[in-house]
Amino acid sequence: MDTPHRVWVIALSMLVAFMLTAMPLPQWALPWRPAWIAMVLVYWCMALPERVGVITAWIIGLTLDVMHGTMLGQHAFGLAFVAYVVLQYHQRLRVFRLVQQALVVGTIVFVYLLGMLWIYRLLGSVNYSFSYLCGAISTAVLWPWVYIVLRDVRRRARVG
Amino acid sequence: MRFAACAILSFLSISIDHANSHLASLRAALGVVVYPLQYIVNAPVQGAAEVLDDLRGRRTLLEENTRLHAENQLLSVKTQRYSALESENQRLRKLLDSSSAFEQQVVVADVLAIETTPSARQIVLDKGSNQGVFVGQPMLDAYGVIGQVSNVSLYSSTGLLITDQRHALPVLLNRTGLRAIAVGGDLPDELNLSFISINADIKAGDLVVTSGLGGRFPAGYPVGRVTAVSLKPGDAFATIVVEPTAKVGHSREVMLVGPQAHDIGAERISVSE
Repeated sequence: MDTPHRVWVIALSMLVAFMLTAMPLPQWALPWRPAWIAMVLVYWCMALPERVGVITAWIIGLTLDVMHGTMLGQHAFGLAFVAYVVLQYHQRLRVFRLVQQALVVGTIVFVYLLGMLWIYRLLGSVNYSFSYLCGAISTAVLWPWVYIVLRDVRRRARVG
Repeated sequence: MRFAACAILSFLSISIDHANSHLASLRAALGVVVYPLQYIVNAPVQGAAEVLDDLRGRRTLLEENTRLHAENQLLSVKTQRYSALESENQRLRKLLDSSSAFEQQVVVADVLAIETTPSARQIVLDKGSNQGVFVGQPMLDAYGVIGQVSNVSLYSSTGLLITDQRHALPVLLNRTGLRAIAVGGDLPDELNLSFISINADIKAGDLVVTSGLGGRFPAGYPVGRVTAVSLKPGDAFATIVVEPTAKVGHSREVMLVGPQAHDIGAERISVSE
């Protein structure tokens, strides 16, 4: 491949996603926090499926588990699932219109959050309710902006 | 295929992590890797707070200085009495043939501005096992109990707040001596006392302190005040809401109380009687 790899741009975008995930929010907005990390992951899986895949997603998820103090492997599994689904359909996703993309990404993230909620409840954490799933809606709403920003970053930095 | 492998690995690690603590060392090792990330995330918020501090006017600083001066006077007067009381207490305990050490090590830790999952009420601290922090260590602020340390890595640790619904704290009511368990409530800034019978003598305004039972929290630290007592005739237990005295949600720094001397005296007395 002639184009430079510039993998650090991917790492940097992930870092920003982690920052947004850890950013303090007012109480009412907490359930509405979008799944930033899943969004960035979906973008890179879609744009560069040969660089970012299931294994990368799994490692990112493990980091998230440590940061959140959740069961080791919980978010790792969720993000690996997200990456897997996107890799299966990445060519179709690329030609979708932004609104269609947003709906699909929202649905994938909904399933991901549902899985997380299921594991939380299964392991006896009582303090998770269905409001946890609101994140999927805000993810779908914000997807077009994230997509455009990351696309421009990728083109500008010529990540290959 | 890779996904299947990842999925199997995930469920294996989830079940191992859930069943026992074999993965604690792995978690601690990964925690060291995550620490720079937490530090970077914390930096902008910390920076903003520092800039705000710099911008505060001379007048506010002077006011604060006067206030702190007065507070200091008050506290030092109290401390004078405290040392006398402590020696008296020790003398009395000696008479009762029981030992107790009140000297406790305290580590002050800063709270990193990091949100974890929306429903878990936990905080991330900037001190880890290299500073002697250990799992189960009680966290206090200037006004009362905040929670306890739940995870420790080399440079940082995670604390579970008393308002988390997974947290239970052995307490007693200061006025009557009634023992109870304080569990995190539905709202982010409240606790509930569970299993209190409806005819128990509890009023709004009662002070709730740690009982020291269970041996994890030192006895006698303030936890909160009863704000509401509702007795429904059909229920076996009263619903009692406690508002924490500590600024549980918004303290910037916490004190970690060192390995505590167990209150052997109290136990021995209860055995001999």
